[in-house]
Amino acid sequence: MNRSVEFATGLFIFLGLLALFFLITQTTNIQAYGGDGYTVTARFTNVGSLKARAPVALAGVTIGRVENIAVDPQRLDAVVTMTIDSRYDRIPFDSSAAILTSGLLGEKYIGIQPGADTESLKQGDEILFTQSAVVLENLISKYLFDSASGGEE
Amino acid sequence: MSLVRQFREGAVDFFASFGAACLFMLRMLADTPRALLRPGLIFRQVHVVGANSLVLIMMAGLFVGMVLSLQFYNTMAKFGAEQSLGPVVVLALVRELGPVVTALLFAGRAGTALASEIGLMKATEQLAGMEMMAVDPIRYVIVPRFLGAFIAMPLLTAIFNAIAILGAWFVAVQMMGLDGGQFWAPMPDNVDVFDDVLGGVLKSVFFGAAAGLLAVFEGYRAHPTAEGVSRATTRTVVITAMTVLVLDYMLTAMLI
Repeated sequence: MNRSVEFATGLFIFLGLLALFFLITQTTNIQAYGGDGYTVTARFTNVGSLKARAPVALAGVTIGRVENIAVDPQRLDAVVTMTIDSRYDRIPFDSSAAILTSGLLGEKYIGIQPGADTESLKQGDEILFTQSAVVLENLISKYLFDSASGGEE
Repeated sequence: MSLVRQFREGAVDFFASFGAACLFMLRMLADTPRALLRPGLIFRQVHVVGANSLVLIMMAGLFVGMVLSLQFYNTMAKFGAEQSLGPVVVLALVRELGPVVTALLFAGRAGTALASEIGLMKATEQLAGMEMMAVDPIRYVIVPRFLGAFIAMPLLTAIFNAIAILGAWFVAVQMMGLDGGQFWAPMPDNVDVFDDVLGGVLKSVFFGAAAGLLAVFEGYRAHPTAEGVSRATTRTVVITAMTVLVLDYMLTAMLI
């Protein structure tokens, strides 16, 4: 094998791996899998269209990801497990979690509203104060029925 | 009557070819461990099929990315959804266009070269000469070429995707005036590393195996004449393109 063939092959393989690295690091949510964090749970009566890997935000800044959403067969509500980056380990224990929407039709995410407790959330804790997703149909039907009953009076 | 017979012969021919290709694949797999003992032969083929296709793949990727960005930008701007351009372009590229277009270009550039080279070796009785010298042509000629294609395809696809994304960025941000942050920022929330990027890589691995197998198979079974070699070359492109498109649908259905 002469030297220019070796050079071209090496360059080709290097470029290929570089391109793969670029794709994985620049365009994907690879950070969501890396880094250590602690998991907390929260119960919601309705999660709307929240999905796994949705962001968990505090003051609008993403601090973690939703890991898993499951239904509790006993209490018949949704249990959302989320991982919060270990850098943010001073979130008060009595903070509340709400399912919010980014934009009018955007993706659902969990917004954390900090409380005032001196104790912080730790691995395995449950966020006790939660606010479910606002389902657009429920809102519309509520409005419709309210105005219908209002008309009768 | 003759139509029925033609159809039946066509079907028999199809299954016979399919079976022969599968048997050929098994034969190559059996020889692969011993071919791996000579990595020099394989890397030479990575050069022939991969590095020599690099400029073509990069040019094609650049323009596919650019046209994709231009089309999507103009359509999405009507709905005020330009900020979704980045994820849309990246998902279209890494999931579908990258692996498929790379495989089709690969069939045209490298598949034909492999098929005609092997066909010519057969027509000029080089393969028979090797057998005379107790050198197994499958092990020293066919398998290294197949493995070269198998290694080169995912790398070419990754390069195609990366260049296409840069091309899309150039059109959207530099030419159409989209904000650079709006282009890059929504990507991590919408593109999954396993489902999307590595799913695309998995596709390209399958396409590499299919394109490599069909090229060496068609070359190896070519009639040892000038006409036979040219026919094998044509068949390689046609069959590889069809196989890649059918395989693409099946893989997409499995990955989703």
